[in-house]
Amino acid sequence: MKAVCWFGKTDVRVENVPDPTIINPHDAIVRVTLTAICGSDLHLYDGYIPTMMKGDILGHEFMGEIVEVGAEVKNLKVGDRVIVPFPICCGRCWFCKNDQWSLCDNTNPNAWMVEAMYGFGGAALYGYSHMYGGYAGGQAEYVRVPFADINPVKIPDGLPDEKVLFLTDIFPTGYFAAENCDIKPGDVVAVWGCGPVGLFAMKSAWMLGASRVIAIDRVPERMRLAREACNAEVVDFEEVDDVYDVLKEMTGGRGPDCCIDAVGMEAHGHTADALYDRVKQVMRIEFDRAHALRQALHCCRKGGTVSIPGVYGGFIDKIPFGAAFGKGLTLKMGQAHVQKYVRALLARIERDEIDPSFLITHRVRLDDAPAMYRTFRDKEDDCIKVVMRP
Amino acid sequence: MQSAEILSPESQNSHSSQNVNSRERWLSVVIGSAVAAYGLSRRSIAGITAAGIGAGLVWRGASGYCAVYDALGLTSVPESNHDTSNVSVPYGRGVRVEQTVTIGLPPEEIYTFFRNFENLPRFMSHLQSVTVLDAKRSHWVTKGPAGSDAEWDAEIINEIPNELIGWRSIDDSQVDNAGSVHFKQNPAGRGTDVKVILRYDPPGGVLGAMTAKLFGEDPAHQVKEDLRALKMLLETGEIASTKGQPNGLPHRAKLRERLAEVVR
Repeated sequence: MKAVCWFGKTDVRVENVPDPTIINPHDAIVRVTLTAICGSDLHLYDGYIPTMMKGDILGHEFMGEIVEVGAEVKNLKVGDRVIVPFPICCGRCWFCKNDQWSLCDNTNPNAWMVEAMYGFGGAALYGYSHMYGGYAGGQAEYVRVPFADINPVKIPDGLPDEKVLFLTDIFPTGYFAAENCDIKPGDVVAVWGCGPVGLFAMKSAWMLGASRVIAIDRVPERMRLAREACNAEVVDFEEVDDVYDVLKEMTGGRGPDCCIDAVGMEAHGHTADALYDRVKQVMRIEFDRAHALRQALHCCRKGGTVSIPGVYGGFIDKIPFGAAFGKGLTLKMGQAHVQKYVRALLARIERDEIDPSFLITHRVRLDDAPAMYRTFRDKEDDCIKVVMRP
Repeated sequence: MQSAEILSPESQNSHSSQNVNSRERWLSVVIGSAVAAYGLSRRSIAGITAAGIGAGLVWRGASGYCAVYDALGLTSVPESNHDTSNVSVPYGRGVRVEQTVTIGLPPEEIYTFFRNFENLPRFMSHLQSVTVLDAKRSHWVTKGPAGSDAEWDAEIINEIPNELIGWRSIDDSQVDNAGSVHFKQNPAGRGTDVKVILRYDPPGGVLGAMTAKLFGEDPAHQVKEDLRALKMLLETGEIASTKGQPNGLPHRAKLRERLAEVVR
């Protein structure tokens, strides 16, 4: 089969590889009908996630049709149409049972690698480095899906692929970020980053009762979507002197009640700290550039919540922890517990409350993946979201 | 909790000039010769240094005296005046490993699974087979690194249903060892803490254990991973694996990988 494989920094290729097979009794094989490149795949593309190996198959946003099931999978049959959440979860450990799915104990065969870095490790992920399990990803014609009795969600026939594909990651991730803000009536929610997760966080903030949504970015096409599709007030950080002053003015001197960092480890900025991060990251002294996070911590109102769906991998410097402490902030973060939200969000799509396909800008074939990674990374051609058909 | 330590004896026989046991002396000569030969072939300062270290190891093996052990107060020679007839690993000898994992099942279920020793190879990657001989005794076969297989008979020496099982190797074991597993239920549905304590006399002595650690055969890591596999197996019915899945490695790299597996 064809698969998108990682061969090194900015080097992904479409290769012919053997088809996947059932390895464990709860496995299923899915024939992929639609897959996407995620913003977090760009961290792999740019070489910022350790423990990638040459030949690894990428991709964690995919859906398709069941073509084979293992002996212990009783609730799915060949021909079922499913979406597959990006965290691989067992559904049986303490964390899964307590709805903290992305912290699952039992799916990562290389958990010791994450434990060495983070103390404890969570769920394995598709196509996202060996420390996250080394599972072959979904930018391919076929994928092996572990614990298929738990993870895949059946999709009713009437709904097209493009409407439901983003239930695998970015829609629940944005929703998780907004839910983590514990939004109260009257709350102002500020979202750093108008990429796909940021846009879904804005949509979700409205669903959860926000009174205003403010978006911070610099890319015109993305700011346009935030304004037009997500009803956000937009701040272009390259056009203002100080984002803090602007947000403070917009909120009557209080600051936003909830701040969402939907940017993560590859933030852009034009202040001294952003330059400092850039230099250290290039020199490999620091993994992550945390400009957006610093700004969110600084701008958030007293007693507010900073929610972090943006991905961080290693160590970050110069975090204004005094500000977080001094203002009594609540910090919430992590990989989204997709399985907790996916059915309720599917119901919203069925009721036509949201059509997640609004942010798709590029529809291509799997063969176009190498070029599309570059286009998406460089935000060229107004690229916001790429979907690929094998 | 994790620990793997090499124990030093409480007291040592200072009259004896030999503090390296026969198995380790043999290993010392073999490794020393190899290092010396490699060092001489390099024809550099580093090579000469390596040759010197190699020669030292050969002498250590031939004489049975190790200055480093002496300085550290270690010995790998059994103390003959101690009666060790009913102890598999005498106090103060060998390697001790202690690891704990939480499993989301009641102690009875985990105990019952563990008590049937024939289940052990299902999650202990270095065990080839365990055959139960009678109510107390069983026969264990391991697959060691680089084909160094070992086998022994073990007997259960202590047992409290749903709480603990203790065992030790008997007679002429190739690897003298003793172990125990403890089950403790946590409150409020937080599962059962399963603690394994293992002590064994590694082939190649203390030096062998250190060498093995250098090459990634760390016993603490091994036991920890085995307990993780036990948890996966009991909680989910399978052990997470990606073995045999496709990737885009070029053909040559794949061959190299297969070759590495054969050598291992």
